[in-house]
Amino acid sequence: MDRRTVLPLLAATLTLGHWAAPALAEYPERPIEMIVPWGAGGGTDAVGRIFGQILQEELGKPVNVVNRTGGSGVVGHSAIAKAKPDGYTIGVMTIEIDMMHWQGLTDLTYKDFDILALVNADPGGIMVSADAPWKDAAALRDTIKADPAGTVKASGTGQGGIWHLNLLGWLMSEGIPVEAVPFVPSQGAAAGLTDMVAGGVQMVPSSLAEGRSLIDATRVRALASMSDERQAMFPDVPTLKEATGSDWKLSVWRAIAAPKDMPPEAREKLTAAIEKAYNSESYQNFMKERGFGLRWAASEEATALVAADDASLGEVMKKAGLAK
Amino acid sequence: MSVLAQSFAMVFDPQVLMVMVLSGAFGLFVGAIPGLTATMATALLVPITFFMEPIAAIASIVTASAMAIFSGDIPGALLRIPGTPASAAYVDDAYRMTRDGRGNEALGALLVFSVIGGVFGTIVLILASPILAEIALKFSSFEYFWLVLLGLSAAIFVSPGSVPRGLVALVIGLVAACVGMDNPTAEPRFTFGNVDLLGGISFIPAMIGLFALAEVLRYLVRGHKTGAPLRPSTKGLLKSQLPVIRRYPKQMLRGNVTGTLIGALPGAGADIAAWISYAMSKRFSREPEKFGKGHVEGLVEAGASNNAAVSGAWIPALVFGIPGDSITAIVIGVLYIKGMNPGPTIFINQAELINALFIVFLLANLLMIPLGWLAIRAATTILAVPQKILMPIITLFCMVGAFAITNSVFGIILMLCFGIIGFLMEENDIPIAPAILGLVLGPLLEQHFITSMIKADGHLMAFFDRPIAAGLGIFTILVWCAPLIRRAILRRKEAVT
Repeated sequence: MDRRTVLPLLAATLTLGHWAAPALAEYPERPIEMIVPWGAGGGTDAVGRIFGQILQEELGKPVNVVNRTGGSGVVGHSAIAKAKPDGYTIGVMTIEIDMMHWQGLTDLTYKDFDILALVNADPGGIMVSADAPWKDAAALRDTIKADPAGTVKASGTGQGGIWHLNLLGWLMSEGIPVEAVPFVPSQGAAAGLTDMVAGGVQMVPSSLAEGRSLIDATRVRALASMSDERQAMFPDVPTLKEATGSDWKLSVWRAIAAPKDMPPEAREKLTAAIEKAYNSESYQNFMKERGFGLRWAASEEATALVAADDASLGEVMKKAGLAK
Repeated sequence: MSVLAQSFAMVFDPQVLMVMVLSGAFGLFVGAIPGLTATMATALLVPITFFMEPIAAIASIVTASAMAIFSGDIPGALLRIPGTPASAAYVDDAYRMTRDGRGNEALGALLVFSVIGGVFGTIVLILASPILAEIALKFSSFEYFWLVLLGLSAAIFVSPGSVPRGLVALVIGLVAACVGMDNPTAEPRFTFGNVDLLGGISFIPAMIGLFALAEVLRYLVRGHKTGAPLRPSTKGLLKSQLPVIRRYPKQMLRGNVTGTLIGALPGAGADIAAWISYAMSKRFSREPEKFGKGHVEGLVEAGASNNAAVSGAWIPALVFGIPGDSITAIVIGVLYIKGMNPGPTIFINQAELINALFIVFLLANLLMIPLGWLAIRAATTILAVPQKILMPIITLFCMVGAFAITNSVFGIILMLCFGIIGFLMEENDIPIAPAILGLVLGPLLEQHFITSMIKADGHLMAFFDRPIAAGLGIFTILVWCAPLIRRAILRRKEAVT
C-alpha cells in the first residue's frame, strides 16, 4: 500500500473508532454532575442530594452534587443550560426559571432546557402569627380590604421572589390593589416567619411546610393552602378556594433538567432511572418526613406545567410592575 | 435516672462511637482544606446519615461540624489562609505567632479554647434552651440592625493602625459588598451584564486573596526579608495552655458568654460573635497595642466565642426549628427525617433522645482534643517545606479553595483580584481585617435597615420603639461616644484641680 491509500484508511479507522466509541460504551461510563442552583443546606440542595444519592445507585456511577449559587438562581440555571448535552451534566431546576427572564436578568427560559421530570411540588399558603386577630383567610382579606394600606405587611422571600408573587397573585384574584400589602424582603421563609413571630410583619405567604415547626409549636397559624386539595400533612388547613373563594393557585416545584439535545439513549436511560428513583422507598420516605410535597410529572407533563406557570407568573409580574 | 441511663447506653454504643471518630476525622480533614467549610462537610454527610440510626446520624453531624470549625483555624495560623470569616478575626495574631516561632502556642490556644467554648455553649444549651429561644424570637430587623452596626463598629477597635486607615479599609469592604443582586431591592448593581457578578463578591475567595495571596505577593516582592514561618513543635502543645487559662480567665468567660448569646440569635452567628469578642478583648485589654501583632489574648476570647456560638445556634433550632446558622439549617432537616421533630415539646416527649444528643455534644468536644492534636501534628509538617517551594503550594491552595466555593473559574479570578488589592492595602499600611468585616456585614446592615424602614413606613424613630432595639441602640451610641465622654470628664477634672 502506498501512502495515498494508507492515510485515508487510517483516517477512516480513526473516525470510525471515534464515532463507534460512545455506541459501544454503555451510558453512563463516568460520573455525572448534578448542578443545584441554590446553596448547600437549603431545601433544593437537600432534594438534589438525596435524589443524586438514589440516582447513583440506579445508574451505577457516582452522581456529584455541585452548588452553583448566586443571582437568584441565574448562575446555576445558566450552568445547566450551557453544559455539554452529553448526559453527564444534569441539574435541579426551580420555579425561578419562570421568573428571571421576566425580570430581565437573563434571556434564559424553560425552553432552553430538556425537562426530564418534575419530582416535588409544595403549595403556597397563608400564615399569620398565633396571637394575630385573624382566625381565617376571609377575615384577613376583609381587614386588608377595609383598613388603610400597610396595616398588614408581608414577608418570606426576597423582593419579587416567588412568595412575593404568591401574595400579589392572591391580592389580584380578590380584586385588592397590590399596594394594600407592602412586602418586606427577607432572606428566605424561615427569616420571614421569625420576623412575623417577633412582631415585625403580619403575614407570610410561603409554603406551609416551611412553617411546620412553628405551626406545631402553636406560634404560627396556617389559614389557607393555595392548592386544589388540602395537604396531607395539614388536613385542618382549608384550601384557598374553601377559605375565600379565590381561584389563585401556586406551587413551587423542583424538576430534574438537562441541556437540550441529549443523545437519545442517554436520555432514555436517565429518565428511566429518575422515575425509579422517584418511586424508591428512600425518596418517598425522605420527602414525607421532611414535609416536602410529593408530585410526579414525566417530561411532557412537566414541561406543560412549567410553561403554564411561566405564563401566569409573567402576567402577575407585568401587572405588578416587576417585569421589565 | 433511667432515662439518663438509656441515653448513655444509646451514645456509648460501639457503632455510634466509631461513627463519631470517623466523622471527626472527616470533619478535621474537610475543615483544614481552605475553601471547604463546615457547612460543606455537613451537607456532604446528609445522604450518608440517611442510612444510619437517629443517634448515629446526629452524632456524625455534630462531631464533623465541630471539628471542621476548629480545623478551619489551622491553615489560618500556618499559612494565613483563614477558613471562615469567623476565624479571620484573629488570623493575623495566629499567623504572626507562627512566624515568631510560637506556632504551638497559637494552635494550642485555638484548640483548647475551641473545646472550652464548645463545652460552655453545650452546657447553656442543656440548661437554658427554652428561655434563650424565647428571647431570640423577640429579635426582628430593628434589633439585628443595631447588632450588625455594633459588629461594624468593631472594625474601628480591631484596626491595628490609625482610625482613618481602618475606615478606609472598612469602606473598601462595604463597596465590594454592594456588587450583585442579592440586596433588598433585588436590583443588579455593578454587574456590568456579567452573570457571575450577579451573585456578588463571594467573601471566602475574597478573604483568601486578601490574606493569603497578598502574603505570597509580598514574599515575591520583598524576598526573604519577610521571615519564614517556623515549623511549630507539638511538644507541650496542651500543657502550655494552662498558664494561658490562668492568665486570661475573664477573657475566656466573656468569650464563652458572648458567643453563646449571639449564636442563639438566628440572624447573627459565629462570624459576628468572633468579631465582637475580638474587639471587646482589645477594648478591655491592658495591652491593646499588642493586638494584631501576635498576641494570644484575642485568640482566647474570640476562639472560645465562635465555638460557643456554634453550640448556641442549636438553641433556636431545637426549640422552634429555626436555623441559627447554615449548619443547623441542614440539621433541622435531618432531625425531621429521624423523627426528632424540633419544638418546645422535644425536651419532654423525646427526653432520652435529647439527652443522648447533649451527651454527643460533650463527647464530640472532648474528642476534639486528641483528634485536633493529631491534625495539628499532621498539618504542621507543611512548614518543613522550604519557603521557595511552600509559596507556590500556598498559591495552589488558594486557587483550589477559591474554586471550591463558586465551583467555577470566577472564584479564582476574584481571589487573584483581591490578592492584589490586599497586597496594595498592606503596602500602604491599610489593615485588612476591617475590609473583611465590611464585606461580611455590609449586606446584612443594608438588609436590616431597608426592611426596618419598610415596616416603619420610613419613620427613623422606630429603631428605638421596641424595648430590646432601644437598649441596643443606646448601647451602640454610647460605645461610639465613649471616647468623647471620657475626654470631657478628664478635661473637667483638670479644670477643677
